[in-house]
Amino acid sequence: MPTDLAAMAAEEQERQEALRCRIMVCAGTPCLVAGAHAVLTTLRDALEESRLDAEIEAVATGCMGPCSRGPLVKIRLPGKKETIYEKVTPESARQILFSVVKGRRPPTVEALSPDMPFLARQTKVVLANSGSIDPERIEEYVAAGGYGALAHALHEMTPDDVCREVSAAGLRGRGGAGYPTGVKWNLARKAPGERKYVVANGDEGDPGAYMDRSIMESDPHRVLEGMALAGYAIGADQGYIYVRGEYYLAGRRLETAIRDAERKGLLGSRVLGSNFNFRIDIRTGAGAFVCGEETSLMASIMGKRGQPWHRPPYPAQKGLWGYPTLINNVETLATVPAIVGNGAAWYASHGTARSKGTKVYALAGQVETAGLIEVPMGTTLREVVFDIGGGIPTGRRFKAAQSGGPSGGCIPGAHLDTPLDYESMEKIGTIMGSGGLIIMDETSCMPDVASFFLDFCRDESCGKCVSCRVGTVEMHRLLRRITSGTASMDDLAKLEELCELVSATSLCGLGMTAPNPVVSTLRYFRDEYEAHIRERRCPAGSCTMAPAPAPGPEGEALLHAMGVPVEED
Amino acid sequence: MTAGSGSKTGTRGSTVELIGSGRLRLATVWLGGCSGCHMSFLDLDERLVELAQVADMVFGPFVDVKEFPQGVDVTLVEGAVTNRTNLALAEKLRARSRTVVSLGDCAVTGNVTSMRNHLSVPDVLAPFSNSEDGTPLAMDYSAVPELLPQALPLHQVIAVDGYIPGCPPSPARIWAAIECLLRGEPVHLAADMLTFG
Amino acid sequence: MPVITLTINDELVSGRRGESLLQVIREHGIELPTLCHMEGLSERGGCRLCIVEVEGSPRPLPACTTMAREGMVIRTHTERINRYRRMIAELLLAERNHYCAVCVSIGHCELQKVAADLGVDHVRYEYLSPKLGMDLSHERFGIDHNRCILCTRCVRVCEEVEGVRTWDVANRGVKSLIFADLDYRWGESVSCTSCGKCVQVCPTGALFTKGAVVGEMVKDPGMLTRILEGRDKKEWEG
Repeated sequence: MPTDLAAMAAEEQERQEALRCRIMVCAGTPCLVAGAHAVLTTLRDALEESRLDAEIEAVATGCMGPCSRGPLVKIRLPGKKETIYEKVTPESARQILFSVVKGRRPPTVEALSPDMPFLARQTKVVLANSGSIDPERIEEYVAAGGYGALAHALHEMTPDDVCREVSAAGLRGRGGAGYPTGVKWNLARKAPGERKYVVANGDEGDPGAYMDRSIMESDPHRVLEGMALAGYAIGADQGYIYVRGEYYLAGRRLETAIRDAERKGLLGSRVLGSNFNFRIDIRTGAGAFVCGEETSLMASIMGKRGQPWHRPPYPAQKGLWGYPTLINNVETLATVPAIVGNGAAWYASHGTARSKGTKVYALAGQVETAGLIEVPMGTTLREVVFDIGGGIPTGRRFKAAQSGGPSGGCIPGAHLDTPLDYESMEKIGTIMGSGGLIIMDETSCMPDVASFFLDFCRDESCGKCVSCRVGTVEMHRLLRRITSGTASMDDLAKLEELCELVSATSLCGLGMTAPNPVVSTLRYFRDEYEAHIRERRCPAGSCTMAPAPAPGPEGEALLHAMGVPVEED
Repeated sequence: MTAGSGSKTGTRGSTVELIGSGRLRLATVWLGGCSGCHMSFLDLDERLVELAQVADMVFGPFVDVKEFPQGVDVTLVEGAVTNRTNLALAEKLRARSRTVVSLGDCAVTGNVTSMRNHLSVPDVLAPFSNSEDGTPLAMDYSAVPELLPQALPLHQVIAVDGYIPGCPPSPARIWAAIECLLRGEPVHLAADMLTFG
Repeated sequence: MPVITLTINDELVSGRRGESLLQVIREHGIELPTLCHMEGLSERGGCRLCIVEVEGSPRPLPACTTMAREGMVIRTHTERINRYRRMIAELLLAERNHYCAVCVSIGHCELQKVAADLGVDHVRYEYLSPKLGMDLSHERFGIDHNRCILCTRCVRVCEEVEGVRTWDVANRGVKSLIFADLDYRWGESVSCTSCGKCVQVCPTGALFTKGAVVGEMVKDPGMLTRILEGRDKKEWEG
C-alpha cells in the first residue's frame, strides 16, 4: 500500500492544532553553538515536570534566520502571530514558558518585532519550512505539503513535463555558475546511457557561506524530494548526496530523512506506488574545497583522489562510472519541489527578467543582524545590507561586500544599488556565487582581504595543474609583501600578470576564479594597494607594516625588503 | 657624467654607451659563489687578448683595486647575495654600473649557495659551533660577514640587465654574452646556451 | 577514422577524428612543449605547457586533453601563449629545489630543456625553497622530492602499464608528494615490483638509479613505446 500523503498530512496537522502551544527552538548549527541545546533541554524538562508536555510541545527546528541573535525560540499559539525571542538562555526560556502558561509577557526577554525588516522583507521559498518544522520528523514535512510535488509528478506528469516545468521556471544553478537548470536536465535526460545518476552537491566550502548546510539541516526532505524529481525527470534510479565532512549535523539529519522516506515508500522501489525506483545514498567529503567542483566531486564519490578532470565530456554526457550524471547544487534541487508543486509561472513571477525566483544568502560580517535570508532575485545590495541586515554596526561606514567567496569579488559602496542577480553582478566584476555575502566596513583592508582569500585558495588547490598549484602560492607571497609594506610596484605588476595566467590557464574553476578577489579589489581599491607600496601605509589601519628602512649605503633597505622567510603551513 | 645617471630600475642596458675613452670599462664581481665562473672567464683564453684590445678591467678578483669604481660600463657578477657584504657591494655596483649582468647560476638562481635556504641561519651555523656554549669550533666566524636569512639571486636584490646561466657558464656562453655587450646590445643567448646547471 | 580539417597557424591541415590537438599539431611538425604528457600514458592536462589558442574559446586550451574537431582554428605560438608558457616554466623552477648543477639528470632533463627552449634565463618569482627529502630505501632506485614536478608520469605508468599503482599523490596543492603504498618507504613497499618503469619515464632527476652521479642518469624514453608495441604485437608468441 503506498503511503497516503493526504492522510499523513491531516493527521499531523490535527496533532499540531490540538496543541495549546508549540515552542520551536532553532537547532541549526549557529544556534546550537550559541547554546540552543541547553535551552531545549530546559524547556522539555520543565514541561515534563509540570506535566504540560501533552499540551505544549518543545521541538527542535532548523534555522530561523537571524543567526547572530541566537539562540532563537519561536512561539506559536493558536490563532496568533508567531513570536521570535532572541538570545534566549535556559533562564529566559523558563520565563518564556511561564508567560505562555500564564498568558503574560515575559518580564525581561524581548521578542523580535514581527515587522523587523529582517523577518518581514524576505520571500521564503526554499526556506519556507526552515525554522518551522522538525527536520527529523517526516510527518511535519508532509504536513507542510512535502512530497506533494513528487506525487503530482509521478502520477500526473511525464518526465518530459517535469523537465519542461523546470526550464519554464527559469531556474538557474545556485552553486555559483548560474547555468540554466532546465538545459542541464534536458541534456542528462537525452544522453544515452543504461544507467544515470543524480548528484546533489552539498560540499559548500566558501568561507562565510552556509546556505546549503542550513537547507540540509533545516529541511532535508526538501532536498531529497528535489533529487527524486530530478531522478524521475532524467531517468535515474540512483542519487548521491555529497555532504562535506564538517557538516556532521546535516549528514545525520539527511540520514534520518532518507531512512524515514524509504520506510514511507517515498524513496526506494516503486515510489508512491509508481514504477519509479530511486535510492539515495550519502557520500561524505573529507574537507577539500575543490570537491565542490563537479568533476572532483565525482572523482571523490567514486573513491578516487578529489581532483578535477578536463571537460568536455561534461558529467551530463559522461559522469559517474562513465554514465550520464546530473549534478545540481543542494539549493537548486531544494527549489524544484516548489516549482513542480506551484507551477513554473508562479516561480518565474519572482525575480528579474533573466534571473528568476529567489536566492538564499548567508549575510555575514559587519552587519547589525547577520544570518540566513531569502530574497527575490534583483533585490538590491542596499536593501539587503541596510534594510534586512539593519546596516553597519557602531556607526561605521559600509566599504564593500564580498560576494561569491574566494571565487567572487567585492562590491564597493558606489554599487550599493546594484540588483543582486546574475547579470548585474557580473557586470560589476563579481559573481552571484553560491550566496555568501560578507559585509565589510572601513576597518577592512582590501589587499588584506584579497590575501585572505588567496591564502584559502593556495591551501585548497589540489595540486594537479601548475598554474593553480604554484601560481596561487606566488600570488599570496606577493600579497603578503604588499600588506607588510615591503613590495615594489614591480611586484604589483607581477601580481597582475599572475592573476592573468592563473585565471586563463588553470584546469578547473578553483584556479580560474582564484585571482578574482585580487582583480576585483584592484579594480575598486587600487589606491589602497598603492598606499601600501608607495607610502608603506595601510589606509584601513589594519595591516602591520615592516619598520621603515633606514637610508644608508649598507643595503639596510634591502634587508628589510627581503623580510624574514615566510612561514606557511 | 656620473655612472647610472638617467637609468631606471627595471629594464636597463638596452645599449651600452661607452663612458670616457671609448674603451669598455669592465668590472667583474665575486659574491656568494665558488669562483668557478671567474675560472670559466679565464678560460676565454686567446679571446682575453681580443677583449683587452677594447676593454679595461677596472675591478674584480683579477685586478688589484680595493674600491668599486665609479663610471663602469659593464659589470659581470658571479654568486648569490648571501651576506651583508654581498648586499652592500651589490647595491654599490648597481649604482656605479651602466649594465649589470648575472654571471652563472648562483647569481641567476641562487644555485648551490642557496641550498641552505630551507634552514634558519642559526641552524646553518650550528655544525660549526660548540654545542655547549655556542663558541666557534674551527675559526672565529664572528669576523665573517653576517649571513642574510636567505641567499638570493642577484635580480631579487638589484635590477639586473642580462643573464648568463650555467654552472659555470662555458667560455662560449660568456663570450657570446660579451659579444652582445660589445655590440651595444642586450645579452641574448640561444636556447642551447640558456640551460641552467 | 574519418578525416577532419583544421586550421593551425593559418595553414589548413588534416587530422583524424579521435585525435587530440596535440597529436594533430605534432604530426604537422609543430613543436609544443609538454612535461606531463607521455606517449602511451593517459593524458593528465596538468602542466599546462601545451596550451594553444582555439578560436571561439576565451581561454587557451591544453592541446593534450582537447579533442581535434572539424573546422577548429588553432594558434600555437602567440605572444600571449609564449608568455604564459614561460611563466609556467618559471613557476615550476621556483616551486622546488632544482639545483641543476648538482643533478643526476643534468643534460638529460626535460624541465631543463623546456625552460631553456622557452627562453627562461632567470626566474622572476620567489623561490619557495621547501624542505623536502629523498627516499633512498629502495635497493636500486631513489626518489628526490626536491626535483619532482608532480607530472605523475610515475603514478600513471605504474598503474596503467605495470598494473600495480605503488605510486600515488599524498597531500594537496604545493605540498603534494609522490608516495608509495599509502606512505611506506619505497624500499618497504610490498606492491612495488622494482620494474623501474617509473624511473625511465620521470622527466627530471626526481626518480633515478642509485649510483648515478651528476649528469649520469640518462633515461630511456623509448622504453614505454617498446613495451606497449610489444604487447600489441604479442611478441612473446614469436
